[in-house]
Amino acid sequence: MHYTDVVCTFCGTLCDDIEVTVEDNRIIDIRHACRVGASKFFKASDIKHRRTKPIIRENGREIEVSLEEAVEKASEILADAYRPLLYGWSSTTCEAIKYGVFLTDLVGGIMDNTATVCHGPSVLAFQEVGYPSCTLGEVKNRADLIIYWGSNPLHAHPRHLSRYSFYPRGFFRERGMQDRELIVIDVRRTDTAKIANKFIKVEQGKDYELVSALRYVLNGGVLKKDYVAGVSREEIYELVDKMKSCSFGVLFFGMGLTQSSGKHRTIDNAISLVRDLNRFTKFNIMMMRGHYNVTGSNEVLAWETGYPYAVDFSRGYPRYNPGETSAVDVLVRGEVDAALIIASDPVSHFPKEAVKHLLRIPYISIDAFYNATSMFAKVYIPTAVAGIECEGTAYRMDGVPIRVRKIIEPPEGVLSDEEVVRMIYEKTMEKIKERIEEEAAEKVIV
Amino acid sequence: MKEIFLKFKGSKTVLEAEVINPNVFAGKKLSEIENLTVYHGNRRAKLGEFFDVEGSTSEDARELRIVVEGDLEKVKRIGENMSEGEILIKGNAGMHTGDFMSGGRIVVEGNVASFCATEMKGGEFIVKGDAGDYLGSAYRGNWIGMQGGLIVVEGNVGRESCAHMSGGKAIIRGTAGDFAGVHMRKGTIIIEGKANRAGAQMIGGTIVILTNVDPLPSFELVGEESDIEVDGERFSGTFLKYIGDKAELRAKGTLYIRK
Amino acid sequence: MKIILKNGYVYDPINNINGEVMDIFIKDGKIVNEFREKDAKVIDCKGKVVMPGAIDIHSHIAGGKVNTGRILRPEDHRRFVIARKFKNGKFFRSGAGFSVPSTRITGYLYAKMGYTMAFTPALPPLMARHTHEELSSIPIIDKGALTLMGNNWFVMKYLKAGEIEKCAAFAAWLLKAVKGYAIKVVNPGGGEAWGWGKNVTSLEDRVPYFDITPKEIIEGLMKVNEMLKLPHSEHLHTINLGRVGNYETTIKTMKLARGLENRDRHVLQITHAQFHSYGGESWKSFESKAYEVAKAVNKMKNVAIDVGFVTLDPTTTMTADGPMEYYLSSLTHLKWTNKDIELETAPGVTPYNYSPKSAVSSVQWAVGLELALLVEDPWRVMLTTDHPNGGPFIRYPRIIAWLMSRKYREDFMKNMNKAVEKRAIISSLDREYDLYEIAIITRASQARALGLKEKGHLGVGADADVAVYDINPEELNTAEYEKIERAFSNAYLTIKSGEIVVKEGEVVNEFYGKTYYVDVEVEEELMQEVERDLDYYFKRYYSVNLANYPVSLDYLTNPTKIERKIERVKVIK
Repeated sequence: MHYTDVVCTFCGTLCDDIEVTVEDNRIIDIRHACRVGASKFFKASDIKHRRTKPIIRENGREIEVSLEEAVEKASEILADAYRPLLYGWSSTTCEAIKYGVFLTDLVGGIMDNTATVCHGPSVLAFQEVGYPSCTLGEVKNRADLIIYWGSNPLHAHPRHLSRYSFYPRGFFRERGMQDRELIVIDVRRTDTAKIANKFIKVEQGKDYELVSALRYVLNGGVLKKDYVAGVSREEIYELVDKMKSCSFGVLFFGMGLTQSSGKHRTIDNAISLVRDLNRFTKFNIMMMRGHYNVTGSNEVLAWETGYPYAVDFSRGYPRYNPGETSAVDVLVRGEVDAALIIASDPVSHFPKEAVKHLLRIPYISIDAFYNATSMFAKVYIPTAVAGIECEGTAYRMDGVPIRVRKIIEPPEGVLSDEEVVRMIYEKTMEKIKERIEEEAAEKVIV
Repeated sequence: MKEIFLKFKGSKTVLEAEVINPNVFAGKKLSEIENLTVYHGNRRAKLGEFFDVEGSTSEDARELRIVVEGDLEKVKRIGENMSEGEILIKGNAGMHTGDFMSGGRIVVEGNVASFCATEMKGGEFIVKGDAGDYLGSAYRGNWIGMQGGLIVVEGNVGRESCAHMSGGKAIIRGTAGDFAGVHMRKGTIIIEGKANRAGAQMIGGTIVILTNVDPLPSFELVGEESDIEVDGERFSGTFLKYIGDKAELRAKGTLYIRK
Repeated sequence: MKIILKNGYVYDPINNINGEVMDIFIKDGKIVNEFREKDAKVIDCKGKVVMPGAIDIHSHIAGGKVNTGRILRPEDHRRFVIARKFKNGKFFRSGAGFSVPSTRITGYLYAKMGYTMAFTPALPPLMARHTHEELSSIPIIDKGALTLMGNNWFVMKYLKAGEIEKCAAFAAWLLKAVKGYAIKVVNPGGGEAWGWGKNVTSLEDRVPYFDITPKEIIEGLMKVNEMLKLPHSEHLHTINLGRVGNYETTIKTMKLARGLENRDRHVLQITHAQFHSYGGESWKSFESKAYEVAKAVNKMKNVAIDVGFVTLDPTTTMTADGPMEYYLSSLTHLKWTNKDIELETAPGVTPYNYSPKSAVSSVQWAVGLELALLVEDPWRVMLTTDHPNGGPFIRYPRIIAWLMSRKYREDFMKNMNKAVEKRAIISSLDREYDLYEIAIITRASQARALGLKEKGHLGVGADADVAVYDINPEELNTAEYEKIERAFSNAYLTIKSGEIVVKEGEVVNEFYGKTYYVDVEVEEELMQEVERDLDYYFKRYYSVNLANYPVSLDYLTNPTKIERKIERVKVIK
């Protein structure tokens, strides 16, 4: 069986032109995907390396159980908790995330997604100053100046340059890269920097100062210092000139900028720079989102609750305050007494203090792949790989929603994230509806 | 002044207790105060389950001082929305202490956690120890922060204190983390210790730093002044006077840095 | 379930029923002929008003920029929250948001006011799946989405080349692909110009590269709309929205509808007309030109307006008119988002605080009311705030009370900037709407505009969407306007599809309403020509493959198709 227009569910680029050949429910050939994308397809279809039975751990013993038993245990853990954390929700479909919101609302927990450890600062900056942006097709058709700042797409988003930004021919950029200029700003000469028309090396942790200097010059200031953030005055003036005189510019930024020492203030300043540039020309900015549906996760949470991540339902309605209600913070402070981790591996990726607390409390791990977090979970439930074994919706880094496909059958008895989360939701509802009924619904209007 | 003593007995997880507020306690008997609702994680509970309540009550919040004792790091929202009376916290205080307060006085003998005195409008907020991040700042997304009142911190403060400040005064005796007074519009911040990136993206108001630090490259030096007076306070010595943050188009903020 | 609503004062303008005491019979989700009381639930509506469920033809409740508005404004949401609850065996979700409420509570809040249908007015085709995902999470009410076409490259290319049949075939294909309901035009040509940071400011301006004028786009799509026999008219947000002195453009725009006719409805809807009825030379001399615009509407019988009232609240503005949002944010210096969408449109979002103390805001408040009071024919007026642009939809009861009570308007004006008395004529207008007229502008005219025969009335065969309000018309005193506002804020009863969903202002039941979309079939040869162009453009200029563009019916709750079959697309000259 040969499938066309398949969507790759690896990174936020969400390429939708993949061709896949399947034989006997195994993927045998993949066209157009980058190396990392292709490896995900092969990994999913190689079920030797996956666990396909739910597990409960009791007193250090690991017991294989039925899905129903695992769901029962999971709902018990959540129903008893005083401050449960439901975390992950970025490498799964919007349909699963939606039931995640229902479940978190029901149990009065905290729902957070992986944005909290990647582009969370960008979201906070978005809320401070806004976000002038566009879809990737706009970049392809119009952009003549492309800047990557703190981002190395050749490694993290391998087809970004060829599909959307630098290389492709676009409607108003018929000659492709010859009609464009590529600038990379980073703390080191990355592989992307090597192919750029210009590389600007910024001193580590000084991105904020460089943005301030650019804005100062753009707004008519005269820079006194010879160097700002390791960049010479001449280079700063030259860059400002280029940005002002292009006809359509775009600034892509990655973790190098969001995790620089100013965090969301650096992004706030960078967005303000782009906003200022719109007094002179057309300029847009875009986050280089990592997980394939982290954007969708923000979107679903926002339409269901008003807030994009780190949502706290403990008082029966959504509240939001990253730093207070975000996953790492509530773990480090030891507030959380139970957790559900889905499509994510915080044991491998969270700071040590946060992991230490997670390992102290009962938690559930739901993941297509058995990972470090699954290894210490009270309950582990395997699920199907979205975009390969089940369908659903995902949002590209620019917010374009795409339907991801099912091309092979999941292992026997393995359901999608959506179905498993819904089962836990329904089971938990039975357990705590009386408690909720007793609370007189409280409505607050300030 | 009547005093009510609350002694914290501990809790399993975070407790939200905005009812600890002279405006709420005024006119209530001790037994009614014990019965006030607090939020223990996702469960509702009574104040009396977590605090021993003693002392004498008053009809008038202005005549009431609440003294809270214990390690209150897990107790959030004490004094939220208060407009009159006094709260004395003998120990460390949790998040959102004094949020949106418009009058009265809160004194914390220990440290305060992050997100305290958010969008304060009036009154006094005194911290003898250190303060966390976002002291006296705006809530996420808001462009109006502290509008009035006085904040004094004897120790150090974390990042982004007085973000979007639009009035009032803050005095930091120790050092300030990055971005004190970020996006400031009006009001005064006095920092006695070091302060990095102070006044970033400010468009108005005044910041005085009593140590010598480097301003951001987008601040413009306009001259030197000696023995300055700012918001009723005198500072001796020579100061470099900057206008900024000129990264912003409408910048008219003043930054004094001791030479 | 069978329900009888007994002895209420019924206001059903489509059936010419003006406050008659009648019984309404409901069975299997429909209004039916009389049946015996024996096995029905009988509800006494004596001394109460019974109306069809209300309809909102233009309310930004779902989609990319609505959600951008949500993400942008945490400081707005904390002002307004609704807690979760468990009632009648159902779990009712919590939510937050004053000016941009989250999706679940959007459904609850509409139902609470007796509304049973709302259309989101700006679906960007490439983001259609997003709009439908949000619509599908709004409970209770029926829904639909108007589809943005005024800056679409295919539309501009075909119209410029004089290939209006192809343009029509493309419009038919697009509506079906994205499950849209009508042709929506926003700042025609201005969105494309914004791709280069520019805009259009007159109907004769030329769009960069495409070399077409806003006038040609408006006229072309109006004709396409009638060539395809679509249920709704062209829904037009014309150029120069919110600009000082824009009323002349608005009147010129209306005149473009001359010569076009449709038996069942108007052929052009000037949407949120309030934002297009401004005079003056600068913000300092900003004044109401509602009188001039209303006069033009009174003359042009084939044009209708929805008002876009300003309610004087802090709110979030959002529109597919990107350059307008940029302009507004450059006046307020508040946060601003923009999202240019390839080949299609350019929405933007920025907060705005309408303050009664501001001269401009208070005049805007007057402009909306003046339009509603000066247009003589209520059948060509629709009550909207362009939610949330003029104010949040939860303020509709207040607008109803303003329209019904001159005293309310006078009292409200006391705390307003004095400009409202000098640069508007509101204080000289005596007219007070009666309940029949209110029923027209909130139900009947909107159902007729949408071309939905089963909606907006209580005749036999209509969908059983009904609102009962605790107002006794015999005792109605418009000086007691708080009572009017309270009654319309908390429906005594809302019935949706024959089921009780609201009792005395409280939501007691939830399920999902219908989602309307249009499916027009045109001749095959014509469609094949268009498909060749689609292939060519998608391969080269879109960033998604053509196969991944259309939205499947899985995304719609109770998908409800309005079908048209056009044997041969006939060009309208």
